[in-house]
Amino acid sequence: MNFRFLRNVLLKGLVLFLLFDLACSAVDPAALGKVSLYNHLFAGRQRFPFGEDSSQSYNLSLFNLDAMFASHVIANGPKPADEYRVIVIGDSSTWGTLLRPEETLAGQMEAAGLFLCGKTIHVYNLGYPTSSLTKDLMVLDYAMRYQPDLIIWVISLEDFPLDNQLSSPIVANNAARVNELIARYNLPLGPNAPALVRPGFWDSTLIGQRRALADLFRLQIYGVLWTATGIDQTYPVNYQRAQTDFNTDITYHNMQPPTLDKSQLAFGVLEAGLRIAGATPVILVNEPMLISVGENSDLRYNFLYPRWAYDQWREMILARAETGGWNYLDLWNIIPANEFTNSAIHLTPAGESMLAGRVEQITLQQSCP
Amino acid sequence: MTLALTLVSIVVAAILGLVTRNRWRIPLFLGSCALAVYAFQPVLPVRGLDFWLPTATLAITSLTWILTTPREQRSWRINWPGAAILAGIVLALGLTRYLGLSIYLTASRPPQTLQILVGLAAVTLVAIMMTRYTKPGKAVLTSAFVFIILLFIVLKVPLLATLVSMGLRSANHQSTSLALAQDLRWLGFSYIAFRLLHTIRDRQSGRLPVVSLSEYVVYVIFFPALTAGPIDRIERFVGDLRRPLTLTAEDLGEAGKRLVLGLFKKFAVADVLAMIALNAINALQVRSAGWAWVLLYAYAFQIYFDFSGYTDIAIGLGRLLGIKLPENFNAPYLKPNLTQFWNNWHMTLTQWFRAYFFNPVTRALRSGNKPLPVLVIIFVTQVATMVLIGLWHGVTLNFVVWGLWHGLGLFVHNRWSDMTRVRFALLSPRWKAVLNVGGVLLTFNFIALGWVFFALPDLSVSLHFIRVLLDLS
Repeated sequence: MNFRFLRNVLLKGLVLFLLFDLACSAVDPAALGKVSLYNHLFAGRQRFPFGEDSSQSYNLSLFNLDAMFASHVIANGPKPADEYRVIVIGDSSTWGTLLRPEETLAGQMEAAGLFLCGKTIHVYNLGYPTSSLTKDLMVLDYAMRYQPDLIIWVISLEDFPLDNQLSSPIVANNAARVNELIARYNLPLGPNAPALVRPGFWDSTLIGQRRALADLFRLQIYGVLWTATGIDQTYPVNYQRAQTDFNTDITYHNMQPPTLDKSQLAFGVLEAGLRIAGATPVILVNEPMLISVGENSDLRYNFLYPRWAYDQWREMILARAETGGWNYLDLWNIIPANEFTNSAIHLTPAGESMLAGRVEQITLQQSCP
Repeated sequence: MTLALTLVSIVVAAILGLVTRNRWRIPLFLGSCALAVYAFQPVLPVRGLDFWLPTATLAITSLTWILTTPREQRSWRINWPGAAILAGIVLALGLTRYLGLSIYLTASRPPQTLQILVGLAAVTLVAIMMTRYTKPGKAVLTSAFVFIILLFIVLKVPLLATLVSMGLRSANHQSTSLALAQDLRWLGFSYIAFRLLHTIRDRQSGRLPVVSLSEYVVYVIFFPALTAGPIDRIERFVGDLRRPLTLTAEDLGEAGKRLVLGLFKKFAVADVLAMIALNAINALQVRSAGWAWVLLYAYAFQIYFDFSGYTDIAIGLGRLLGIKLPENFNAPYLKPNLTQFWNNWHMTLTQWFRAYFFNPVTRALRSGNKPLPVLVIIFVTQVATMVLIGLWHGVTLNFVVWGLWHGLGLFVHNRWSDMTRVRFALLSPRWKAVLNVGGVLLTFNFIALGWVFFALPDLSVSLHFIRVLLDLS
C-alpha cells in the first residue's frame, strides 16, 4: 500500500458515489415505497403510519403514499371473495388519536363481526390526522385499487376551508398526485400554490432523498415493534382535556359573521371524491363534535368552530346532500361532552362505540349489488 | 458520542497526525486531549458541573501522576510545560464565557473566572504539597487507590449519586427535588479510573515506568479512547508516544479502514438495531415469546456493534496519531464457549481484572497456610471477578445478577471442559465441527439471556421478560 493507492481509492470512491447519486435521480428512489416488509414479515398496520415520538410509538409520519398503503393491512393480498370491504376515511378522529387500533370507529366496526350480502364485513381505517378534503381525496383515489364495497367518509367543517386544503404536509409533499387530481376534476385549488413542494433536480438525487429514504427504512424497522407490541402511538396517562372556555373571537379562517363564504369552502373536492367512488356507495358522516358548556360557549361550540359558521355549514351540506341524493349521516351532536378527550373531535372508546353503533346501522342498510 | 463529534474527532486526529512535528507532538496531544475532555462531556442539569467534572478529571489525573512518580522524577523543569498547558486550557475555556464560544468547547457556559481561578489555585496548592511532602509509598498509594474506588462507588451507586446531586444542587440554590443519579454523568470516568488504578497498582509493584506529567495525562485521557476504551497499558502506550511519528500509507490505510468500519458498525448497524432492541419500556409491551427473542437478539447485536464500532473508531483515530491501541473485540459471538467469549469480549477490561483482581486473589487463596481446594478457588475467583465486572457497569442488583450469571457460567464451563477434554479429543473432525457449532449457538444464547439483566433496570422487569421469553406469562 502506498499514498498513490490511497489517493486512487478515495478518488474512485468519490466518483462512484457521485455517479450513483446522479443515477438515483433517474430511478426515483421514492418508488421503493411499494416494497414493504409489512404484510409479509410483519403484520400490516391497522392504520396509516403517523407519529412524532417514534422511539415510544414505534411509528412515524412520512409522505410516501405508496409506503403508507404498503404498510397497511388493506394491502395484504387480493380481496377475498367472501369479504365485504368497507374503508373509512377521515381526520385524526377517524385515525384514532389516543385510541388503540381496535378502539377506533373502524376497529369497533370490525370487531362487531357484521355480515352483509352474504359476506363478512371487514373495515379498514384509512383516516389520517390532518383536516383536508384534498388529503381525503388523495387517499380515496389511491384506495380505490383495493376494491372497496362501501366508503365511509367522515367529514367536518374544518376539512372544507380552501386554505386548509394544501397546507397539510402529506398534501404539500405529494404535489404531483395533487396536481393530477386538480387537473382531472377541475378542483378549485391552485396547481401552482406555494404550499405545494416541488422537488428540484437535486432533491431527486440520493442525497436530496436521504430523509425520505431514511423514513422508508425506519418504517420497515419499526414493523418489528409494531408486530411485537401492537402499539402505534403513545398513550399518555394524563393529557389536557379539550378546551371548553373561550374568548369572544368568532372569526373562522378569516371569515367574519354573519355569512360563511361558500366560495371559500372546498365542496368541489367533496364532489370529486364522490365521482372517484363511482358506483361504490359512499356514506358521508358529519363527525360528532364537542358541544361545550363554558365561558362564551354561546358564541362557539368548541375550540374549532364558532356557532354561526358551523350552523351555516351544516345547512349548506345538508342542502347539497339532499339535492345530490347523497347518503349523508349528520351525527354532529350524538356524543355527550364527557366522551371527548384532548380535542373537540377526539372520542373516548365509549364515544367511538356510540358512533360505531350508528354507522353500523346504516352500513347494514346498504343494498347488495 | 454523536456522529458530528466523531467526525470532528477524525478531522482533528488527521490534522494532528499529519502536521505534528515530533517535538510538538506530546504538547499538542495533551492540549487536544484536555480540550476533548470538556468537548465530550454531556450537558448536566447541576449548574457548572459539566465544567467542573472535566476539570476534576484533569486535576485527579495530575495529582495521581505526582503520587505515582518518584520524588526525584517530579522535576518542575521537565514538567512545567504540561502543567502550564493544562492550567492554560482550563483558564482559556473559562474565559470563553465572555466570547460566546463556549458552546463549541464546553457543554454549557463555564463558571465565573474567579471561581475557576480559586479552583486552579486550590489544585496547585495541593499539587505543591504533594510534590514536596509525599513519596509513592504504600500508605500514599493505597490511599489514592481507595479514594478512586470510593469516588467510583459514589458515581455508580444510584442512591449515593442522587445524594451528591442533592448536595450540589443545594449549594447551587437549585431544586433538590429534581436530583437524579444521572446528574453526575462524568464522561469516561469508568475508563479513566481504571487507568489510574492500573498505574497506582503498577507503582506499588514497581512495574510502572517513569513518565512525564504530559505523557501520563495523555495516556489517561487520550481522546480516542476516552469514552469507550480500550484500556491500554501505560508502558505500551508511552512507548508508542515516544516513538517518532511518521505516518505511512499503511497507517493511513489501516486507520481509514478501521474508521469506516467503526462508523458503519456504530451509526448504521448499532443505531438501527437500537430502534428495536430490548429496553425497559418494550420489555413490558411485547406480546409473544418469538418477538421477545427478536428484541433480545437485537439488543445483543446492538451492544456488540455499538461497542466494537467505538473501538474500531478509537483504534483508527489512534493509528492516525501514531498510537496502536489494543484490540478489544475478536468475534466474541462466534466463540464456542463462555471462557473463549470472555477472552474476546472487551478484552482490555477482562485483562485488567485478570491482572489486578483474578490473578492476585487466586495467588492469595492458593498461598495461605491452609490453601482452599482448587474447585473452591476457581468458583470464588470466577464468580467474584464477574460480579466485580458487573458492578463496574453500575452498582445495581441487576448488574450483580448479570455478573453471577456469567461467573457461574464460567465455572460450569470450566468443570465441563475438565470432564470432557479427553473424550472430545478422540472425536472425529466432523463431530468436532458439529459440537463447535452447537457450542457457538449455546454460548450465544446463554450470553443473550444474560443481557436481559444488563439491559433492564430492575429485577422484576427482567424476570417478567424472561417469563415472556419462555412463554410462561
